[in-house]
Amino acid sequence: MTVGLFIPCYIDQFYPQVAIASLELLEKHGVNVVFPERQTCCGQPMANSGFEHLTHSSNELFIDNFSGFEYIVSPSGSCALHVKDHLHADKREHEATAIRGRIMELTEFLVDVLHVKTLPANFPHRVGLHQSCHGQRGLKLAQMSELVAPPFSKSEQLLRMVGGLELIPLDRRDECCGFGGTFCVAEEAVSAKMGKDRIADHIQHGAEYITGSDMSCLMHLEGILRRQNSNVKAVHIAEILNGNVNA
Amino acid sequence: MSNSRERILNTLRNNLPTQRELPSLDEFTNQPSEGDVVARFIEVLRTIGGAVIEAPDLPTIAHYIAEHYTGKRVVSVVPGLESVTTQGLATDPHLLADVELAVLNTHFAVAENGACWITDVLVGDRALPFITQHLALIVQRSTIVPTMHAAYQKIGQSAQDFGTFIAGPSKTADIEQSLVLGAHGPKSMTVFVIG
Amino acid sequence: MNEQATFKDHATLADKFNADEPRVNWHDKTLWFIREKRDRAAWQLAEWETLRETASKIKDNVLSNLPTYLEQFEAQAKANGVTVHWAADAAEHNAIVHSIIKKQGVTRIVKSKSMLTEECHMNEYLAKQGIDVIDTDLGERIVQLAGEPPSHIVLPCIHWKKEEIGQLFHEHLGTPKGMADPQFLTAAAREHLRERFLTSPIAITGVNFAVAETGEVVVCTNEGNADLGVQLADVHIACMGIEKLIPQRQHLGVFLRLLTRSATGQPITTYSSHFRKPRVGQEMHIVLVDNGRSTRLGSDDFRNALKCIRCGACMNTCPVYRRSGGHSYHYAIAGPIGSILAPGLDMKKHADLPFASTLCGSCSNVCPVKIDIHDQLYKWRQVLAKEGHVSSTKKIGMQGMAAVLSRPGVYNIAGAAGRWFMKHLPFVVNNRLNPWYKQREMPAVPKQAFREWYKENRKK
Repeated sequence: MTVGLFIPCYIDQFYPQVAIASLELLEKHGVNVVFPERQTCCGQPMANSGFEHLTHSSNELFIDNFSGFEYIVSPSGSCALHVKDHLHADKREHEATAIRGRIMELTEFLVDVLHVKTLPANFPHRVGLHQSCHGQRGLKLAQMSELVAPPFSKSEQLLRMVGGLELIPLDRRDECCGFGGTFCVAEEAVSAKMGKDRIADHIQHGAEYITGSDMSCLMHLEGILRRQNSNVKAVHIAEILNGNVNA
Repeated sequence: MSNSRERILNTLRNNLPTQRELPSLDEFTNQPSEGDVVARFIEVLRTIGGAVIEAPDLPTIAHYIAEHYTGKRVVSVVPGLESVTTQGLATDPHLLADVELAVLNTHFAVAENGACWITDVLVGDRALPFITQHLALIVQRSTIVPTMHAAYQKIGQSAQDFGTFIAGPSKTADIEQSLVLGAHGPKSMTVFVIG
Repeated sequence: MNEQATFKDHATLADKFNADEPRVNWHDKTLWFIREKRDRAAWQLAEWETLRETASKIKDNVLSNLPTYLEQFEAQAKANGVTVHWAADAAEHNAIVHSIIKKQGVTRIVKSKSMLTEECHMNEYLAKQGIDVIDTDLGERIVQLAGEPPSHIVLPCIHWKKEEIGQLFHEHLGTPKGMADPQFLTAAAREHLRERFLTSPIAITGVNFAVAETGEVVVCTNEGNADLGVQLADVHIACMGIEKLIPQRQHLGVFLRLLTRSATGQPITTYSSHFRKPRVGQEMHIVLVDNGRSTRLGSDDFRNALKCIRCGACMNTCPVYRRSGGHSYHYAIAGPIGSILAPGLDMKKHADLPFASTLCGSCSNVCPVKIDIHDQLYKWRQVLAKEGHVSSTKKIGMQGMAAVLSRPGVYNIAGAAGRWFMKHLPFVVNNRLNPWYKQREMPAVPKQAFREWYKENRKK
């Protein structure tokens, strides 16, 4: 099986280790991974700011890069969701529709397509799982607390396969971290407060690491943790599952 | 004024979305009721601040009232319980301002939320259940239904001019989410379950 | 005072709100507690999600037949001896209400909770006509004494601490200084308002549900203030938005099971009163208000907001509302639902509201009638940007971003340049002008971008 690897711009530029871990993790499960080098961004920052009408060229570029792959996998729930919901191109709607049906976030690909049941990774630490909103409520990667419905979580399922890893409980299982794209600077006070509150919940329950499937949330939380001179580290789930966390 | 009516209706007609059918309520009304509705009604009503007394008959209730409301104005609109009334209804509801206890019958009650249904034929004066300091309602065991769906089936197309569900005493949590029983309506509500 | 000069947007007001962190914590925890109560109440009903779906479908049917239901409702109400008025907008609503009051020659009236009258700024208007309106809901009375609008549609003074309410009551009601016990204060309000109920010939109420089949209106309160007011008055005026209709009485079963559980976690409000015909000798009026609703009906994107039953669940769950407070939204209705309603009435004034959100989606999933709130927030952003209500700096920034992101070569250079600056000249970004930097460190700069690693390590 060949998949196209879609790496969000900020992971490419600032967190290459997440992309490397994602690639290695897929290869270890027999997947042939291709990283189309002309990719840049899914267009979400512009669309969420009201400028969806400016994303025609970045959409075209995305289709150029990812048309024809059996699956497109991304270590980012919010980016995968954005493409799934909003990728359109006037003259190439056929291809856009195909891509929208084939794009998946990494943990959902591991669980729903590769049916991963065991992982050789070890991570003997207390870990808090941050359930990123777009992945959870948008891609249905985990049950949301708002609904009267049976619980499930693809991330949790995978983390429980990692040796020695202790998942800590949280008071508020799925409250938003406050990143929200340009919201993080446009509404700085509320954004930072939301991030601080998320971190306090994890720390109160003894987390040594905070993980999740969206580096944007983790980047925001990490920024606050480092400002607080905290020992708690934010690390993307791909790194834990791949067994090569450099921290 | 009729101008606005026509303008509003015309704008609405021009902006109507595609027809969407009404869903059936069958799965709610056909639900078999689970467990003992009377026990559930009592449990829920107590949780929401109502008092519940299971009484064998009206004289027992009369005795209870006489004991707990001596020297106070009591108005009963329950046939067979006239004896507890100290001063009856007047045409002007303002004259009910000093009623300490009002005693009323109910048509039926609802187990899932502790609510009792009363209409103007039972209420005596529409102001009475609200202006009184304390309220007592009489519920026949056999009239307790499990849910609001069953309640509206019972109400059906009946043409009461006024009806209300009363679930416990008046209350508010407007001050720092601290629950206080007794806002503008009665400070306490007692249900006598009879039959 | 020049409204333009003093108008502050959500971000500015929220920033101010966050200056007092302990208070934000208290406000946030109080509202989250209510969200948790809703959850507990919802989990008591195995059929909760089916109820939501049913309520949503009933409201869809109402919207697709609204003029027919309105005519049916009006005919029934008239046959019941009720006078029905139609108001195209807020101004007409206020004028109609005023004319009814004026006809009675009354100057003091009582009002129970009505977000519709809040939307129409009715109290202010009537005050200018010399009519003293007393809000009888305890929370509304508190904010009325304080000269503020409510900050939450169900819990009007959720932002007030009991000591502050005690001080307010000391000043206005003569309660002892320092008295802050909620029981005592509520009892004081009971006495103070009871006198008003007994001397008010006109009572204004809102409407929770209007039943087309029977012409009756249903009013839900915990306090009993709507009922006490109406039953002691000679005239009952019920004000409602035209979207408050439901087709049949039996549908009340669905909505009354959902409303209060969603709002406060209670199984039902203390009183759910069905007003069909006025008492003998009493007048009853219903004022049907449009105020932009008929226009909204025509919008595929924004029509669903008309399904709202004003429960406030979206506010309780919203992580932004809990940390910014209702007054940061500068509109009668705050939070997520307010943010999709307000721009429809005044795009310029409320352009900031759809951006006061991370689009987390919690609101849409607690909504008892399944309004796609977070989708509408996204769609409003597109409308506002196209209509020119997004700042020009942002617009230029976005156009620049679009240009870079559609050109891989340029993107690579920009990315490498950005990282170079952050690594060698960190003060360029690590300063007070960078809002990210106020409370967060910038991400560390890696040795190489992923695509550089991929070229070296994987590309054959």
